[in-house]
Amino acid sequence: MKKPLQLFYTFFKIGAFTLGGGYAMLSMVEKAVVDQKKWIPNDEFWDMIAVVQSLPGVFAVNTALYVGHRVAGAKGAFAAMLGAIIPSITIILLLATVFREYRDQPVVERIFKGIRPCVVALILAPSLRMIKSAKVTWKTAIIPIATVLLIWWCKISPAYVILAAIAGSLIYALIIRHKTQDAGGNPPVPLSRGSRPTSCVSKSKSQKEKEAES
Amino acid sequence: MIYLQLLWVFVKIGVLGFGGGYAMLSLIQHEVVDHYAWMSTTDFADMVAISQMTPGPISINLATYVGYTTAGFGGSLLASFALCLPSIIMVYLILRLFMSKRNNALMDNTLKGLKPAIAGLIFAAGLSMMNLQNFPDFGRGQYNISVIICVLAFVASYFFKANPILLIVLSGVVGFFAY
Repeated sequence: MKKPLQLFYTFFKIGAFTLGGGYAMLSMVEKAVVDQKKWIPNDEFWDMIAVVQSLPGVFAVNTALYVGHRVAGAKGAFAAMLGAIIPSITIILLLATVFREYRDQPVVERIFKGIRPCVVALILAPSLRMIKSAKVTWKTAIIPIATVLLIWWCKISPAYVILAAIAGSLIYALIIRHKTQDAGGNPPVPLSRGSRPTSCVSKSKSQKEKEAES
Repeated sequence: MIYLQLLWVFVKIGVLGFGGGYAMLSLIQHEVVDHYAWMSTTDFADMVAISQMTPGPISINLATYVGYTTAGFGGSLLASFALCLPSIIMVYLILRLFMSKRNNALMDNTLKGLKPAIAGLIFAAGLSMMNLQNFPDFGRGQYNISVIICVLAFVASYFFKANPILLIVLSGVVGFFAY
């Protein structure tokens, strides 16, 4: 079998059988691409996944495009992407036509009346988990709170809010890079500088102790 | 016209969709329910449930569904391809231009800074779906079944990491017997 066709088949299988989106799919991709087909060495695969993860858009599609391109060029990328999305499109189109027929049935309406509040909970829960994993403190809590108020209360388009957040975090990331470069860039100076503050700290400590004693 | 709007909406979401499926879900919700009013909030909730329960990426499922309901078969293909289009360009550029480790660290830190804002974005989408259409029995009668379902599903999902498909099926069963 030609490589683009193999890529299509591999990602089609993954697209058709993985529930739960991007990250559930990743171990299946690794198994197929790294272990079985040996198309990409293990460390290179994970290096690139780290890059692909930081891109916007559908993670599964980005992964398919990267693997496809790496294995068989532009044709491979296209084949892998189609493989990843065709199962989704087919299944949803089938369900959508069926649902359109039956959605006005009282039984279906009752079932979905129960499902809708659950969907709301399923959207709220990951956002709070994300806040937890982002290690938001009382100081930085202003960011998610401001985002919620801007979008939900002020009805500002999320697109602008995201653009502003990207600008803000990029500046922040540049500052971090600048600082770490300063620290590692010229070692002799920070060393001699570093000795001074510690002595200051020890002095002030001993001073405080004296003050406490008196 | 509807095709152009679909193209614009989903290309935009493909470019700004940082932070995974739920972040994109929030962007889609804003565009199709609040901005263009292509569908009601209950229609959207039903679509999310169906997209969640079917295999494949939830954002592709949603794009297909939204495209289909607004502009038929052509619309469904257009919306899903529009969502992938920015990815095609970006992955190609990255493989061509070779992304250095230095720049990758910068991207990583930018994303870390972006995370709290994305969490807020998703929360806002959840809040705007908390309305009388999705909670029809709120404030009526003694028992608010919809509120109970929402709270229990939230607890199960947040604290016990329960499988979302299982939760959707269970609340469907509850709805069947309760309403």
